[in-house]
Amino acid sequence: MNTLIIEKLKNRFPDSIESTHEFRGDLTVQVKKSDVVKVAEFLKNDSELAFDLPVDALGVDMYRPENRFEVVYILYSTANKKYLRLKVLVDEDDLGTPTLSTVWAGAAWNEREVFDMFGIKFSGHPDLRRMYMPEDYQYYPLRKDFPLMGIPDSIPLPRK
Amino acid sequence: MFVTDHSKKPQILQALEDADTSITIDDPLENTMILNMGPQHPATHGVLRVLLKLDGERVVNCVPELGYLHRGYEKIAENATYHEFIPHTDRLDYLSPLSNNVGYVMAVEKLIGVEVPRRAQFIRVMICEMARIASHLVAIGSMAMDVGALTVLLWTFREREKLMDIYDVLCGARFTTSYTRIGGLMQDWTDTCTQMLRKFLDEFDQDMQEVQDLLFTNRIFIDRCEGVGYLSREDCLSMGMTGPILRASGVPRDLRRDNPYLVYDELDFDVITATESDALARFYVRFSEAKESARILRQALDKMPHGPIHAQEAKKVLPRKERIYTKMEELIHDFMLINLGIDPPVGEVYQGIESSKGEFGIYIVSDGTGHPWRMKIRSPSMVNLSALPAMCRGAMVSDIVAIIGSIDPVMGEADK
Repeated sequence: MNTLIIEKLKNRFPDSIESTHEFRGDLTVQVKKSDVVKVAEFLKNDSELAFDLPVDALGVDMYRPENRFEVVYILYSTANKKYLRLKVLVDEDDLGTPTLSTVWAGAAWNEREVFDMFGIKFSGHPDLRRMYMPEDYQYYPLRKDFPLMGIPDSIPLPRK
Repeated sequence: MFVTDHSKKPQILQALEDADTSITIDDPLENTMILNMGPQHPATHGVLRVLLKLDGERVVNCVPELGYLHRGYEKIAENATYHEFIPHTDRLDYLSPLSNNVGYVMAVEKLIGVEVPRRAQFIRVMICEMARIASHLVAIGSMAMDVGALTVLLWTFREREKLMDIYDVLCGARFTTSYTRIGGLMQDWTDTCTQMLRKFLDEFDQDMQEVQDLLFTNRIFIDRCEGVGYLSREDCLSMGMTGPILRASGVPRDLRRDNPYLVYDELDFDVITATESDALARFYVRFSEAKESARILRQALDKMPHGPIHAQEAKKVLPRKERIYTKMEELIHDFMLINLGIDPPVGEVYQGIESSKGEFGIYIVSDGTGHPWRMKIRSPSMVNLSALPAMCRGAMVSDIVAIIGSIDPVMGEADK
């Protein structure tokens, strides 16, 4: 099944697929940021692949000079009973990336969480607010340069 | 230093309002009204806050607000070894801590490539199913209570208490179990547990029958739940619903059968589905699933083999305490595992299990050190709650408690 997915994607989008790799049977496909919506729509609507269930979307801070952030979408096909991961690289200087909530509505909240924790801005997102942190909080807690103990005075507490 | 700008309208209010509506609080009967439900409302199952925009008693729009129980577990995980994070998984879905324990260690075992012995796999299946029954009992009882039937809650909690007693014997804790270990379990299943579980299972059908007699033909209960919180099959899929909500909309997705893990492929059970896709259907699915879990438990008890419960991987699995005190090798391994952690390969894995609320998954990015570089918790409650606005639109205010009860969110898991 994994080879079929790779083959189909490479035939259809020869320029958009940057790389694919497999680890412990999990397939990850890295897609160019500008083409991710096209690829996602194909994955969802193709009758053979039919990735109809968005399981999760998450961010990773790789803390490297180029392409610091990764946004990973975990998809599932209820017809094939198969997982797939779609990965987009986001650079620190350009934190925007297209939203996939237009393809799968369920990605909206997960993308909000990625925005909350990493500050990645999803263009075209219907409701990009913070998910967990206070809405006027100024930092992004899951970035690697945010300390574990937090930043003093960054969360407003009631005064006596 | 933090400064609040009072002239700005909070973003959550902005999200609730449409651009063309103006809200006047002076005359609520003539206009739409904003109602703040939670985070301390008893029907919100914890600290869920929901902002409602009402037209009379009809819900025009609703915005759930999460984060009141956010403890930053993903950040903590990055600064803890793989073993150190196990107790934190109890506090995610605190109604079924055992299945979180199992889901987490299975993800780590997938990363480091360890397979646990068959006896441990059977015990893990059994604790997952016990957790599912316990969680569904709370879901059934609290949903009935939310719509006005208090008796059922008392009965289901009485049954759940018996399961908690088994947890107590099994791992010494009723609530925060921390029972699994990477590559094994904390301690072995005992004959006392078998006896207690058999006794529980013998009484279970009768007790479920009592609940059934009380609710299934109860006019008030059915009227409050039928047709409430409808979400179509396509919406359920596209919004990422999993678990009983997805199965109540006619999609027979159950990871235990579709992507079998542990020894589920050797056990005979049905995947319960319904097609009505409303609160009542979700209630029926949970009710029948609890009975299926009892079926799985009976089979697992009969089939469970004897043997070791720890994988033979000295450099990855924590050694037994009694051996640490007497053997040098074990002492060294224990020291290295506790202080530096396991030595996993570089890579990223995702492992999902069918928890009681839906798909509970752990995604780990490993950089080869003893701490995960990034760990993401896929919590079913949070994703399932994202459908709350779609379910609530057009409903009455009093339906909302039934809808939240049918989603069965646990905020410890939704807020992480």
